[in-house]
Amino acid sequence: MVEKQSYQGRIHLLQKEFIAQYFKQLDRVARGEDETKTAAIMISGNVVELLRAFDVIPLYPEINALQLAVKKVVLPYILKAEEMGYSVDNCAYVKADIGLLFSGNETPLGKIPIPSLILCNYVGCNVYLNWFEHLAEYTGAPIYNLDLPFVRDPWNGLRRDDVKYVVAQLKELIALLEKITGKKYDEDRLKGILALAAETEEHWSQIKHMTKHKPAPYDAFFDAVMMMAPLYCLRGTMEGLTFFQEAYKEMDERVRLGIGALPEERFRFVIEGPTPWPHLRTFRDLFTKWGAVAVASTYSTVGGMWEFGFRHDPARPLESIAEHMLIHNYTNRNLLQRREQMQRYVQDWSADALILHSVKSCRVFSAGQGDLRELFARELDVPTLLIESDIEDPRYFAEAQLRNRIDAFFESLEHKKLVRTS
Amino acid sequence: MQIEEIVARCREMVEEPSFVVVEQWKTAHPGAKAVGCFPVYSPVELIHAAGMLPAGVIGGSNQIEIAYADSRFQSFVCSIVKSTMELSLTGRLKAFDGMVFHSICDPGRNLAAVFKRNYPDLAVEYIHLPQNMASPATLEYLAGEYARVKSSYERLAGRTVRDEDIHQSISLYNRVRALMRRLYSIRSETPHLLSTAECYALVKAGTRLPPEEHELILQDAIAAILRRSSRPKDRIKVIVQGAFCEQPPIELIAAIEEAGCYILDDDFLLGWRWFLEDVPDTGDPFVALAQSYMNRSTYSSVKHDLRHSKTAHLIEKVRQLNADAVICLSAKFCEPALFDYPLFRLALEKAEIPHLALEFEEKMWIFDAIQTEVETFVESMLFD
Ligand code: SF4
Ligand code: SF4
Repeated sequence: MVEKQSYQGRIHLLQKEFIAQYFKQLDRVARGEDETKTAAIMISGNVVELLRAFDVIPLYPEINALQLAVKKVVLPYILKAEEMGYSVDNCAYVKADIGLLFSGNETPLGKIPIPSLILCNYVGCNVYLNWFEHLAEYTGAPIYNLDLPFVRDPWNGLRRDDVKYVVAQLKELIALLEKITGKKYDEDRLKGILALAAETEEHWSQIKHMTKHKPAPYDAFFDAVMMMAPLYCLRGTMEGLTFFQEAYKEMDERVRLGIGALPEERFRFVIEGPTPWPHLRTFRDLFTKWGAVAVASTYSTVGGMWEFGFRHDPARPLESIAEHMLIHNYTNRNLLQRREQMQRYVQDWSADALILHSVKSCRVFSAGQGDLRELFARELDVPTLLIESDIEDPRYFAEAQLRNRIDAFFESLEHKKLVRTS
Repeated sequence: MQIEEIVARCREMVEEPSFVVVEQWKTAHPGAKAVGCFPVYSPVELIHAAGMLPAGVIGGSNQIEIAYADSRFQSFVCSIVKSTMELSLTGRLKAFDGMVFHSICDPGRNLAAVFKRNYPDLAVEYIHLPQNMASPATLEYLAGEYARVKSSYERLAGRTVRDEDIHQSISLYNRVRALMRRLYSIRSETPHLLSTAECYALVKAGTRLPPEEHELILQDAIAAILRRSSRPKDRIKVIVQGAFCEQPPIELIAAIEEAGCYILDDDFLLGWRWFLEDVPDTGDPFVALAQSYMNRSTYSSVKHDLRHSKTAHLIEKVRQLNADAVICLSAKFCEPALFDYPLFRLALEKAEIPHLALEFEEKMWIFDAIQTEVETFVESMLFD
């Protein structure tokens, strides 16, 4: 068995520092010490660049929720929401956030302000429509539903009509942001922000390709998710670019020196589905023990699928923002496209197995994962394991059961490897 | 014909899980195709105008066992998604040449792709119904979406669809929807003349029959209901809210009534009754349907119209119908319904309207516990 140890590099420290700073600013805004406007948006493919052009800070209810889970203080908030009538069966991200709102919005990292604008860019997640509707109803803050047609017929590709529709809405949003901030829209400024975003995305994309190396220099699930917050919160800023330049340097060096995410890489897997935030460490150890490293994860592409080529284009600012939201992020893509992406990961990133992590809260991801298992395990002959827990609710994490399933899976993989080599 | 007899025939037809009436329709119309419509709302006129039969595929009710679909969808996914999958995995959807799904919720949406993968020969459509009702750009978008879907139906039907064809379908469905509105108003004004279990069976027949036939049935039924001479009972008047997609078994509806309720309004089979007024049957039909979706349709848990909140709609409905209480009847694991509940609860409490929250599953077949719960609620209201 591989000893418990995993990569803890400079970027983890940088990430922590950044998150702390970000929350500090939100805290100042919440306490009325900073006049900066905020907008609540969804993480998946979003308009953060446009917000930056108006100096509006993005506020991510999902990040609020997940921070509570990571800090292991989330359950009382979830219970509070359930007392208000929220179902045990609904997405716990929402419950944690609503529970937080009704508890004074104080988190271990600082106070969260009431957003100046509730901007529902519900890229692929219908729950978001409910969540933001509720926030608007409880806070009285202005709300805008930015409608993003889901990828549908012909089951792939971009529809020009959809782009046109989204761009028209972005123009309405610009007018709204002008009103809220009292600032004039400056397209050149947006172009500059998009250029920074594109460069950041280029670095991130290269970093994602590095896990094709053996050994993979970092874990494309457990470590990659740590880089997601800077990607969402800092994209389009110089700081964001610097973060990813640093990350690139560090990873590149690890590749050159042949340093892997684990002391010994014995299995390479692709993982689909979100992280179990309340038990991340424990969950990671279940894989580390087997020398199993994630070489690709779909969850790290919820905000954008840059490793497949998309970059924001300063020459077509609004169109490229629309295209990013419509098709270049994981959650707005249908299951058929998701399956293609996983297949590509398994092949091009040379993985031995596919793990489907099914989380109860998030049916965006989980509804239909059983069908993916059928496909991969039976038709494509990829060793596939489906396990269940939750993204946010600490009550849905059965450690012993997970351990048994994961152990049994890797044992059989090991056996197969032995048979193959003998 | 007596109303009991009409209802019994409708009920038999809609509880049969293999869509025999759809098969029969196809036999009677050689070469014609049928398209299954998953809830909630679907622009059925576009299917009908192409000479095809749009029929509701609304889960398996308590008429089938789920044996295979559990491996595709997890335990925490609502039953209708699984039972609809089960219907197909067990060959009960053979009569259908196409299926259409809509942007109602995440499991419903993913089901579309699972169908697409498992049945490559089936024409699977997915319609993205807009969630921004306030933008001037939405109308053009939705009209365009309908035009796209029409082209896809033209390919499936193998014929062109002219605007006049759609106009005719619109006007036919307008007549059917008007009859259903009439049925609903009879029930809300004189609930002792028409039970909700009966009303439900009459409406549901239209999810399987061609509208031409449904129109006749509704006309006969309304005439027969008005000949009835039942007397009002001592019951409380309620509005049922929350079962717009997955449907409760008819026995459950009856159990709620027997527990002492007159149901004045409900959102069962909501998509088939979607419009509050007629859709214009002249001019650009896509614009007419799109405009009607945006401005002539009912409020719903799957439509996030920020111009007027769902809670305000519900309270207005209670006041307007003079109901005593609301029963929030949500399908287990139904995300949109369960999310709406805390908002409804807050608004109802503020307005001092009593309510009862219940969860159901389409596959349930024992109703004693729910009936007792409703009875207790009714008693608490009657003796308050
Ligand atoms: S359902 Fe999933 S994507 Fe949607 S809010 Fe919940 S966790 Fe996020
Ligand atoms: S019952 Fe609810 S969750 Fe299930 S498909 Fe229908 S709307 Fe979606």
